[in-house]
Amino acid sequence: MSLQILAVDDSRTIRDMLNLTLKQAGFTTHLADDGVHGIEVLDAMSSGPDAIITDINMPRMDGFGFIQAVRKIEKYRTVPILVLTTESAADLKQRARNAGATGWIVKPFQPKKLIRALQMVTG
Amino acid sequence: MIDIEEKAMAAEIELLTFQVGKQEYALDIMSVREIRGWSKATPLPHAPTFILGVINLRGTVLTIVDLADRLGMGQTKTSERNVIIVVHTGKETVGLLVDAVSDILVIKKSDLQMPPEMSADSNQTFISALIIAEERMIRILAHAAALPSESMEIV
Amino acid sequence: MSDEDPMIEIKASFFVECEELLESLQDGLQIMDAGGTGDETINVVFRAVHSIKGGAGAFGLDQLVRFAHQFESVLDGVRSGAITANRNAISVFFQSGDILADLVRSARDATVADVERTQSVLKELETILGHDSNEVVEDEIDDFQPMFLALDLDLDSSVDERLDTPEQSIPDAPAFEDGYTINFVPDSALYISGNEPLHLLRLLREMGPLNVICDTSAIPALTDMDVEKSYLSWTVQLTSDEDQGAVREVFDFVADLCTLTISDPRNREATATPLPPLPQLDDTTPQDEPSMSPKATLETSSNSPHPQKMAPNTTTIATADAKSGTRGALQSDQPRPTVRVDLERIDRLVNLVGELVINQAMISQSIQEADISANSAVSNGLDDFSQLTRDLQDSVMMIRAQPVKTLFQRMGRIIRESSAMIGKSVRLKTEGDATEVDKTVIEHLADPLTHMIRNAVDHGVESPSDRLSAGKPEEGIVTLSASHRSGRVIIEVADDGAGIDRPRVLQIAVEKGLVAKNAQLTDSEIDNLLFMPGFSTAREVSDLSGRGVGMDVVKSAIIALGGRVTIQSDPGNGTTFTISLPLTLAVLDGMVIDVAQQTLVVPLNTITETLTLAQDDIRALGPLSNVIKVRNTFVPLLDLGAELGYRSPMDSYIGAIVLLIARDDGTHAALAVDAIQDQRQVVIKGLQDTFGRVPGVAAATILGDGKIALILDPVDVVTNAVGHTRTAQPNLQLAG
Repeated sequence: MSLQILAVDDSRTIRDMLNLTLKQAGFTTHLADDGVHGIEVLDAMSSGPDAIITDINMPRMDGFGFIQAVRKIEKYRTVPILVLTTESAADLKQRARNAGATGWIVKPFQPKKLIRALQMVTG
Repeated sequence: MIDIEEKAMAAEIELLTFQVGKQEYALDIMSVREIRGWSKATPLPHAPTFILGVINLRGTVLTIVDLADRLGMGQTKTSERNVIIVVHTGKETVGLLVDAVSDILVIKKSDLQMPPEMSADSNQTFISALIIAEERMIRILAHAAALPSESMEIV
Repeated sequence: MSDEDPMIEIKASFFVECEELLESLQDGLQIMDAGGTGDETINVVFRAVHSIKGGAGAFGLDQLVRFAHQFESVLDGVRSGAITANRNAISVFFQSGDILADLVRSARDATVADVERTQSVLKELETILGHDSNEVVEDEIDDFQPMFLALDLDLDSSVDERLDTPEQSIPDAPAFEDGYTINFVPDSALYISGNEPLHLLRLLREMGPLNVICDTSAIPALTDMDVEKSYLSWTVQLTSDEDQGAVREVFDFVADLCTLTISDPRNREATATPLPPLPQLDDTTPQDEPSMSPKATLETSSNSPHPQKMAPNTTTIATADAKSGTRGALQSDQPRPTVRVDLERIDRLVNLVGELVINQAMISQSIQEADISANSAVSNGLDDFSQLTRDLQDSVMMIRAQPVKTLFQRMGRIIRESSAMIGKSVRLKTEGDATEVDKTVIEHLADPLTHMIRNAVDHGVESPSDRLSAGKPEEGIVTLSASHRSGRVIIEVADDGAGIDRPRVLQIAVEKGLVAKNAQLTDSEIDNLLFMPGFSTAREVSDLSGRGVGMDVVKSAIIALGGRVTIQSDPGNGTTFTISLPLTLAVLDGMVIDVAQQTLVVPLNTITETLTLAQDDIRALGPLSNVIKVRNTFVPLLDLGAELGYRSPMDSYIGAIVLLIARDDGTHAALAVDAIQDQRQVVIKGLQDTFGRVPGVAAATILGDGKIALILDPVDVVTNAVGHTRTAQPNLQLAG
């Protein structure tokens, strides 16, 4: 049974690449294009994802809002959430942490690092 | 139905034979799209005589070539008895006006003969090979008969 | 399939996405330019640049990334309020948007963008940012390599066992000599964040043999246990040759959520630990005397104290929602769902529908000829069928339709650049952006429109000083509008300049021999002189328009599209060009005519007028040709049947029906035809060019009776006409 990953990003290109990388590594992917959509997809999943990857800058509901919303849901209180950031700026990481993120991946992401990050949070 | 693989292995081809003028010609059946009865063509202004015009083939505009004229045998006097062979040559589809269609022959590739050198005959470039079948000499039509030669221009 | 293929597709899709992002960037900038200051507006602009940068980084498009990064930084400053978006800034933003578009396209087409311009705009951005150009801090611009990853995620179960049932005690001992000793004490917050020690231990295990000791000494009695607190800690002895950095990396996500000590008596490079302010443990002594309960398992979900509510330190959450304010300014409703379709498929569909229409017309005709009563079921059924086919055709014809917005936005850029180049201040206003036009028409419209816009800037709008003297605002306005009117698309290019200088135009026309010296021309006729080849009123040949490309080229381009263009000028107030185009290129409004027993179709937009000749109108010109009198000019008479080689010229043209065809140079010729059937819309079918181009013929169509009617190119016929309309009769005297 492969691990289920929910990936949320408003850029179609990034979604495509995440999808490709994750699939090649044997994960099953679910995609959403912003925070609101992400919640919808989450609700529709019968068994929750093993990890979530989300972008920060998105329309309607951005990454921080999304993480907050996810953490409010009982069963997703401690689901691993990785945040996609384009800089290694410390304050961004802190904000992500404050919002409830588990870890982060720097964009543009290297597939190896993405998978490694997932390993760190899903085993 | 003849199995295509068998044929290929046996180095055979299937030919559609037809009459033009008083002579018998043939085409590789693979390039024949359909055979239809004659219908009057809409003439194209200032076109060479061997281009009869265009007809409506189920919504597509198809150019019709008077094969007899093209082969240097003079213009065909068209009538309802004529037949149009719709031929697909690589990129283009063209209708060839002939007198009648004969039958379908299966011949061995090894039986094909090169046409003899006859410099005087303008048919030369239009015949790619010859074959003798049932005591008839059949000329295999080259695609150049359907397509124009390099130097050709209408105007 | 190689791994290359999906990346090529993703890359192509990225460039398509960029176009969409560039468009929303323009939209946002327009709103900001018009004074909009909503948060959502700047967010949209920011995100557009941010997303382009993100994708570009993944494909290693360094130039694009660098520029986008700088642009994004400035926009971020505006977003946070640190930078004000004043007029100058917005102008720089527009230019940056243009450069960004250039860089995207040059990345896509593998060409080189203008380095100088890019640099100069970059400098402007830096100036706004307020500091020197630093080399862009981009940590990881690495090529995206989606190699197949052979992940070895199945550790053998024995390892898990060992992790689950750690050593109960460590031999009383000196410090562990053969590797790292890692002391790991997670905070409660670590679990809340979704991290899990087991995963981290597994990763350590990948680096080498592990000896794990779990310290459960801190676990209180069940009744005293606080479910939100973390009571476990671990000491791990790792035998590995990996450097300490790699070991520390495993704890990247939790570095701020735990107390971590890594020591290595082997004296490997000790990296400084950038931990948040937490008391540092003595980092040499492993905790080797934990009192442990025999089976302190590391099973995560059941044992570890997971809190039932959010821990306090997560309450300071940035509420990004607060910034999303008014969206109204930008987009009042969600974007409609779309599907991406191969253009080839659409073309096929358009063709098939065209054939269906022809087929339906044929059935219609057969039924008429079969004398079936108009009230019968067949007739009624056919009426419904006709209506359905018409509706189907209308819908399909518009499938390839796109809003003109992107085209108009391009014109915005043309105006910015051309007005900057000649020192005028001009802005573009657009109306009817959402008007939809067939994709191919839009593509062919770009060049003529560009030229008309440049013309408007160059010749239409006056210089700032002239405008001020005339009591006009310094900034000129060019208005581009699109609308649908009676089945056609109407596009207007209007400037609020000085209008056409008619005396001067006339003078130049006379100088160039285009018009007779004393010719009396109406205002409208003078205006139309602009469309004549070789005409140019530029006093100084400016950079823009003076390259010998005149309005005549514009006009022929539009006519080639099946359209018409007209001019209206109001001296002192401005000039308006009106272009009328067919909705799609697949159908044509034509006049169906008879010539020498052949039915032909003449495109309506090529016919200026139709006339019936009276005896008086016909005058001989030479032994073989005639002219006819049309109001106060003489126009050559041509016999269409003869010109097409269908027959020789008619004996007499008295009573003949004649079509007045406008030539490229504005003069006319009269084509005599046998009869006019009617006017109708026909589906255009291409002719094969296997045997070369057919002169005078543009295409073909299939009529209701199934017969083919050639679609004439009358201008071609007229241009190459022989002109014989009299048969030479040796006894006849030459007409005087």
